[in-house]
Amino acid sequence: MIIWILATLVGMGALAWGFRFAGQAATGNAPKFRDMPFGVAYGYVLGAVVLLWLGWAYLQGRSADPLVANKFFFLRIAIEGFIIFAIAAWLFRILGRSVGTAWTKKMFRSMPLTASFGILTILIYAILAIFAPAIAPYGQEQIIPGVAANITPGGDPALGGSPDFPLGTDQIGRDILSRLIYGAQNTVGIAFATTLLAFLLGGTFGFLAATLGGWLDQVLSRLVDVLMAIPSLIFALLLMTIASVWAPELGIPLTVFMVLIIAVIDSTRVYRLARAVGQNIVVMDYIEAAKLRGEGLGYLVFKEILPNATAPLLAEFGLRFCFVFLTIAALSFLGVGIQPPLADWGTMVRDLGGFVNYAQFAPMAATAPLLAAGAIALLTVAVNFVVDWMLHKSSGLKE
Amino acid sequence: MSDETPLVKMRGVKLEGRSDETWNLIINGVDLTLARGEVLGLIGESGAGKSTLGLAAMGYTRDGVRISEGTVEFDGIDLLTASAATKRELLGKRIAYVAQSAAASFNPAHKLMDQHVEGPVQHGVMGRGESEADGIELYRKLRLPNPEEIGFRYPHQVSGGQLQRAMTAMAMSCRPDLIIFDEPTTALDVTTQIEVLASIRDIVEQFNTAAIYITHDLAVVAQMADRIKVLLKGDEVETADTRTMLAAPTQDYTKSLWAVRSFERPRKPDVITGSTPVVSVQNVDAAYGKVPVLYDVSFDMHAGRTVAVVGESGSGKSTTARCITGLLPPTAGQIMLDGEVLPPDYRKRSKDQLRQVQMIYQMADTALNPRMSIGQIIARPVQFYLGLTGGAKRKRVDALLEQIELEPTEYYNRLPSELSGGQKQRIGIARALAAEPKFIICDEVTSALDQLVAEGILRLLAKLQDDLSLTYMFITHDLATVKAISDEVVVMKDGRVVEQGPKDDMFKPPHHAYTDLLLSSVPEMDPDWLTNLLAERGVDNIGDAAVDKM
Amino acid sequence: MGNVLTIILQRLLLGVLTLLIVSVVIFTAVNLLPGDFAQNILGQGATPDAVASIRRDLGLDQPPITRYFDWLGGVLRGDLGTSFAQANFASFTGTDSGATTVAAQIAPRFANTMFLAMVTAAIAVPFSIILGILAALYRNTVFDRATNIFTLSSISSPEFFLAYILILFLAVLNPIFPSLSNIFEGMAFSERLEKSMLPALTLTLVVTAHMMRMTRAAIINLLASPYIEMARLKGLSPMRVIVKHALPNALAPIINVIALNLAYLITGVVVVEVVFVYPGIGQLFVDSVKIRDIPVVQACCLIFAAAYILLNLTADILSILSNPRLRHPK
Repeated sequence: MIIWILATLVGMGALAWGFRFAGQAATGNAPKFRDMPFGVAYGYVLGAVVLLWLGWAYLQGRSADPLVANKFFFLRIAIEGFIIFAIAAWLFRILGRSVGTAWTKKMFRSMPLTASFGILTILIYAILAIFAPAIAPYGQEQIIPGVAANITPGGDPALGGSPDFPLGTDQIGRDILSRLIYGAQNTVGIAFATTLLAFLLGGTFGFLAATLGGWLDQVLSRLVDVLMAIPSLIFALLLMTIASVWAPELGIPLTVFMVLIIAVIDSTRVYRLARAVGQNIVVMDYIEAAKLRGEGLGYLVFKEILPNATAPLLAEFGLRFCFVFLTIAALSFLGVGIQPPLADWGTMVRDLGGFVNYAQFAPMAATAPLLAAGAIALLTVAVNFVVDWMLHKSSGLKE
Repeated sequence: MSDETPLVKMRGVKLEGRSDETWNLIINGVDLTLARGEVLGLIGESGAGKSTLGLAAMGYTRDGVRISEGTVEFDGIDLLTASAATKRELLGKRIAYVAQSAAASFNPAHKLMDQHVEGPVQHGVMGRGESEADGIELYRKLRLPNPEEIGFRYPHQVSGGQLQRAMTAMAMSCRPDLIIFDEPTTALDVTTQIEVLASIRDIVEQFNTAAIYITHDLAVVAQMADRIKVLLKGDEVETADTRTMLAAPTQDYTKSLWAVRSFERPRKPDVITGSTPVVSVQNVDAAYGKVPVLYDVSFDMHAGRTVAVVGESGSGKSTTARCITGLLPPTAGQIMLDGEVLPPDYRKRSKDQLRQVQMIYQMADTALNPRMSIGQIIARPVQFYLGLTGGAKRKRVDALLEQIELEPTEYYNRLPSELSGGQKQRIGIARALAAEPKFIICDEVTSALDQLVAEGILRLLAKLQDDLSLTYMFITHDLATVKAISDEVVVMKDGRVVEQGPKDDMFKPPHHAYTDLLLSSVPEMDPDWLTNLLAERGVDNIGDAAVDKM
Repeated sequence: MGNVLTIILQRLLLGVLTLLIVSVVIFTAVNLLPGDFAQNILGQGATPDAVASIRRDLGLDQPPITRYFDWLGGVLRGDLGTSFAQANFASFTGTDSGATTVAAQIAPRFANTMFLAMVTAAIAVPFSIILGILAALYRNTVFDRATNIFTLSSISSPEFFLAYILILFLAVLNPIFPSLSNIFEGMAFSERLEKSMLPALTLTLVVTAHMMRMTRAAIINLLASPYIEMARLKGLSPMRVIVKHALPNALAPIINVIALNLAYLITGVVVVEVVFVYPGIGQLFVDSVKIRDIPVVQACCLIFAAAYILLNLTADILSILSNPRLRHPK
């Protein structure tokens, strides 16, 4: 095994040398090949080898032999998914360039594919979340009478599936597709509300601290320092433990506590950013001019500071949303987050996780938990792509 | 011109810069020829592409810039097709570079001498010991204090003017044939600038090194260069021998650059003794926290006149302005407006008191809210102080825009980012005027602008003063500006007023020693100015050395 | 040097102070529990002995300030209290195995977690720094864009998603590593390493992405600085520019990145240990949270917070030490 790997690496080294030499010969010693370091040539060869291997693996996944096909099933799905998403993002960008106002057209023109993929995905999630009851075939808590539990996804009766339940049913016979769709509403909705709350808290105090300074700034900043010294997931788990004792006592659902706890913990990060952004704006001469004019605090914050802080805050909102979303998913996965019977992706992963181990013989059975986990990953990846593009754009404008 | 190959030969060079995935032309086909031992001055306003061209002469482009056409030859070697190794062999050894900011261009992690010897040792010109000894010799030639010891300090332990000379020494370390000086004195104060200029000129002459000297300052280039090339927005305007160029420029643009220096306002009648000054600064002391910055500052500003407050960075001129506006309440003394004492803190002042004192800022970019339209920016004080709304407000804003010579219908809805630097500065003026004040503080309002634009602003301010009988406090470090616009001058140094009086007295001897030094350090257009000054004062009586003696 | 020493002493004091305040916060949070929570937690079936022992243990009759200092004193002596679950178990069976104390429960698991963290760091740190530097050197190339997409995806994915993907490919479809990390004391190092491999790889994926992006940003920032341009214009070889001019200045940001990400490991470890049933402190923490074993939760929290603060403090101090302006004052 190790000898094989070594042999491959050495072989690629030889290939790289040959590639560079051939390039030099073919282009008449053009600067591109003449000044190419060996490492770069190696990189090209490595990239080519990986691409070739992926192509080979894809063909294996389409093999007639079920054992081989099963083994490469997931890789095949991943490659197909990647290509489909890339094409969808590309089409969406073309659409964006030709439809809409001049401003959106301009925006789409300079947009990388990753960002248009992100926007498309976020749109799809938003539609799913808002219209979940209309789209989902069954209710999220509905245990359909006369339907077996643990129907395999795929809808193929020969493999233990059922055409009525394309993604199968869970351990107590609920439709997984419906639960996934409702999961968008619950998981995304709760995360969104939590992020909004965190921004309201952190943003308000951050801007106040930046504008007023003095003791208020000192007190708030030290408080935030202490809260941020405890790792956030750990702190959330501690507080959730306590909340789980309080919740039945007060008759308030645990989910409400979770929203409050995560919002408070996350608002510390928002506070830091809002304060830093605010301080950068407050030192500007136009703020000094407004102060010297005799303007009040309200005018300063709402007319002069906030309009200039929207870009970094919007980007931060995306990042914070991802963070909150992942924290909630992690809590649910650990069993202390969103409580049943609400459908939620983290909980679904935990409940269905065991099926991953059947992947070798029944690849379809393993898709259910991966779909739920993938749904979480897909959204956060999408948001991160958009944020990355926004940050890149705003930093590019400064140069 | 001799028939030997020129040291640098650039033909039809086009340079492009990337912004948002498109390539824009920076330099549009410029030719440049430099003989051995010759110093060429490259001048132009900001954005003329002079630094990019200077770097291209080394065969180097920054990230996001490319040479799209033309040829660059150094001593017969084509730099654009040369291999990376060949170019490395030339750079540092035969072509050296002196950057604008020495503080940022020295590696903070290594001592000056370690960086100095790196070139010679790596290029195999000298051994380390030999190169160190040579470095000390160069430091001495460049008149650095403690030449034996200064090289063994870290960059942050050495002052800006000294670092700039240490960088020149580093460029000299391999005795190159060519040095590119990229605005080496722009970041320095005038008194420091002069000794850096003198030492650079000396050493370049001594080793007969060819140089391309890049600057935006005509007077500086007149001292340094044998020949001058003028650039405008990526195009060459003209090239000529320094004396010819100064005496008889042929192109309109060049002539207009020269003409700027001639703007000067007529002298106003003397202040009637006993009249109440509009603003009076009386025995003001001020401190940032516990650090005192102003000591017993007093001067008066009378109606319809301009008082220029002059001094180098750190002299306390801007702090004085902060005391007058009330941003920094003085620790002692007081500010009077029309004979009445102003509350020290701006928060305690009445709306009318705030209205009477307005301010125009140095950086128009940070002085205008980028999210507000021009109309909104000017309308706010109109509404806030005068209570105008609706049509009346719009009418007033239009009138103000006309006053600053901008077409109202065209500019009302624009954002600051859509305006040029000079236009932004005009908006700053309009915002100050909108309050209908008596007194305006102009804080270095022209120092971030190109000369022609700056002159337009000065003329506008002068016209407004005559029309509206405004009083200006004009903070500047540039004596040419002082000459152009002021009626009275206040010279500050280290938080104290050193000298004050009417302009004409200030520009005639005898003065206080510091005023004299400051005045004499400002480069003049005469190419013999530096030589004459050095002959008159001696090399040890300029710059920091002279300041230290006071 | 005196200057730097004072700054470091200040930071150390600040760290200790933060830790103290954090302990107050944790203690207060736990004491926010309503009513007689010993009874509440142990349930109606608990023996009166167990309830009494917990009451005594927590000194519920004492005022909170006294209780806090008792607890803090105990923590400093290494006495973290008695585990509810274990105490309950002991009182039922009438045996005292000596494992009822929180400290006895935490100690072996803490060692396991440290082992996991070290394996992860050993893989992730060199890997991510090399990748980060490469991405910075070849920025805006296909390589850079591909790594950017890959790392962004791996940061955005929840840890359990990455964990299941790794299980799927490396344990189920290609049985290279075991998917359950049932390690125990006395296991041979190589076997322990093999069983910890999947959790370590999962954590590596997450941490590498973070570390690589931060290293890349730090290096790009550095390469844009005028002194690097100067070094290039002196005709130095690319290798020398990197080693002699970029690296000494890149040290501070890179050290910072490493420490910050090791701190991040602490949070990541909880979920990953649960997925792989790895007997570490994170698993213990989650189990205790579920059965509301307050003393254990409290102790775990304090340990996590202390590690987090310590790592951030280390980052802070190391970056002060690597700053030439502070090392060689004027």
